[in-house]
Amino acid sequence: MAKRDLLSIDDLTRAEAELILETAESFLPVLQRDIKKVPTLRGRTIINMFYESSTRTLTSFELAAKRLSADTMNVRAAGSAVDKGESLKDTILTLSAYQPDIIVMRHPQIGACLLASRFTQASVINAGDGKFQHPSQCLLDLFTMRQALGRELDGKKVWIVGDILHSRVARSDIAGFQLLGMDVTVAGPPSLIPRDVESLGVSVEYSLDRLAEADVVYLLRMQMERMQEGANFIPSLREYSTLYGMTLERLRPGQKVMHPGPINRGVEISPEVADHPDTLILEQVEAGLAVRMAILYRTIAGYDERSADERGVA
Amino acid sequence: MTVRTWSRGGPGADVLVRGARVVDPLAGLDQTLDVLVRKGRIAAVGNDLAAPARVRVVEGEGRLLLPGFVDLHTHLRTPGREDEEDLTTASAAAAAGGYVAMFGMANTDPVVDSAAVLEGLARRAGAEATVPTGFFASLSRDLAGRQLTEMYELAQAGVVGFSDDGKPVGSAQLLRRALQYAKVTDRFVAVHAQDDSLMGGGVMHEGAVSAKLGLGGIPAIAESADVARALEVARYEQGRLHLCHLSTALALEHLERARALDLPVSAEACPHHLTLTDEVVTSLDSNLKMNPPLRAESDRRAIVSALRSGLVDCVATDHAPHAQQEKEVPFEAAPFGTTGLETAFAVLYGELVLKKELSLAVLVTRMSQTPARLAGLPVPTLVSGEPADFCLADGAARWTVEAAALHSKSTNSAWLGQTLQGRVTLTVAAGRIVFDDRA
Repeated sequence: MAKRDLLSIDDLTRAEAELILETAESFLPVLQRDIKKVPTLRGRTIINMFYESSTRTLTSFELAAKRLSADTMNVRAAGSAVDKGESLKDTILTLSAYQPDIIVMRHPQIGACLLASRFTQASVINAGDGKFQHPSQCLLDLFTMRQALGRELDGKKVWIVGDILHSRVARSDIAGFQLLGMDVTVAGPPSLIPRDVESLGVSVEYSLDRLAEADVVYLLRMQMERMQEGANFIPSLREYSTLYGMTLERLRPGQKVMHPGPINRGVEISPEVADHPDTLILEQVEAGLAVRMAILYRTIAGYDERSADERGVA
Repeated sequence: MTVRTWSRGGPGADVLVRGARVVDPLAGLDQTLDVLVRKGRIAAVGNDLAAPARVRVVEGEGRLLLPGFVDLHTHLRTPGREDEEDLTTASAAAAAGGYVAMFGMANTDPVVDSAAVLEGLARRAGAEATVPTGFFASLSRDLAGRQLTEMYELAQAGVVGFSDDGKPVGSAQLLRRALQYAKVTDRFVAVHAQDDSLMGGGVMHEGAVSAKLGLGGIPAIAESADVARALEVARYEQGRLHLCHLSTALALEHLERARALDLPVSAEACPHHLTLTDEVVTSLDSNLKMNPPLRAESDRRAIVSALRSGLVDCVATDHAPHAQQEKEVPFEAAPFGTTGLETAFAVLYGELVLKKELSLAVLVTRMSQTPARLAGLPVPTLVSGEPADFCLADGAARWTVEAAALHSKSTNSAWLGQTLQGRVTLTVAAGRIVFDDRA
């Protein structure tokens, strides 16, 4: 059987995405137990290979694998053979010699996971490749929205606000939110909105004047680390905050606020909004664990005719 | 001060090609003819030519006999990166592609910026190259964009022109000086037009596909703004300017205006820009990464139309070999460039001629006779008494571009794995058989 990668949210049909979300729901009770472990992936090997720093994604994938009883190991580029000039290809070939079932990979360059997949028999899960894709983030965002707004997301309006140009989260989310029928608007300074982004089927706004129409406001941080020095994308963070920062004044009652983290209080989000009950940032983190368990499960076990009992959650 | 090419010597060919469709726009030919070559020169063109003793007879029925192609834009990688290409393998690739002459760009290591470097390289070409090979010298010393090379001495040594290709010209002032000085040397200045401040670290065309992929975009204005600047300088100085690898409709608008003003300006387009668009980059295949990048379909159509009308004078390959380990990395990390010598004719014949975007006669003019004239070489033509510089091609042959079968030392072809139609079967360059698919 062909291995099953998850490289881009475009790899999934609507039905497949919904199945992952439903599987994640079925894992939720496990996470509330005293003993939070199921034997589903016992004996399986999962390597988390992170070429870029990460807190949320790495801990979440690692814990998800442990909850499913898989053997995991984390490889970071810093301090590894990568520092000694080893190519991506050779690192992947080397790790693949251990016969892992899954490689969860984060890399600063677009398409690195796709390339890695060519060199390994293991399934590759993209945990973020440069500015391109971050499919597990998109799935956990959808999961969070379904928990907060109800399962029916069709027709719901979401505004993604901020640095769209440099954001892999935006690229995955645009495709994934549309996959589940949502109406997506991107908003931010014109310099940080990709040219011809309308071709992705989104509306474009350069101000937050019409933000009240959004059911969900999805904030992104300024990815200063991806901006070349002197590129002048924005005059200053202060001016950015004035124009696009999410404040209580801009928050319509009932509107949900999301953010993939890490947040910068006082820049894209005011402290009051960050701590507001309608803000779902911590729910997103929690959802990340269940959703990544579902992604790992799907990657190895598949779904065909399997019952909840076989998933070990009954 | 003539332009020179160098290649291994050897006896001239004695060949009779029988019954091929001879397409030679310069000679006004498009008909089935026999062509006899004796001692490396065209001895006779006509019907039912008899084969003299010891003359090899090649059946040309169903084949195309075309004036040989001339490439004004090749990266030979020698000296410095002989692991990627050397003069022997570049020659083999060129010959297999129907080329009878090619000109190497100066961005090697060391840079071809002095007569001493050129002479060393020419000596190697004289020993290793089968296809006549000439060279550009850089416009600035060490490609640093500051001080002009000794253009007169280099022209005397035989360079075809001056170019800092791979990089834009350092400043408008440097371009002005080069164009002024080019009048003394009777050579053209070839410009890789690109406003670096607009590159923004881009790796592909800025547009809908880069929005989707997140890859940094190279806007069309990065080319057109610098083309406009170069043309302003050329207009003021009335200097001989050659625009390399034009890729955008916007740049063509500026070129059109320059033509209307009768400026001494020429331009080239590459097979990849004439046949591929940014759509294919969704595969993230690093062989599709080149600079200038594959553009939008509207740009591609504009470039084809300009090649048809002659606004763009010629096809040039921008043949850019890269080592496998350098291309086998994520798209952003890979170097720019695709190889092109072996595939140029098949790509353009299959994608443009057979699809009725360009006539075969115009393609031949743009690949052979115009670039030869621009370079100052004898123009290949199938006329009795002329040197034999031609290729024979099978227009019906379909072939798949496979790494193992390529003659180039590098396999970074944008068409790797693709099936092309039209294949060169025999190439005679400077009177010698340099490629024969049955050999």
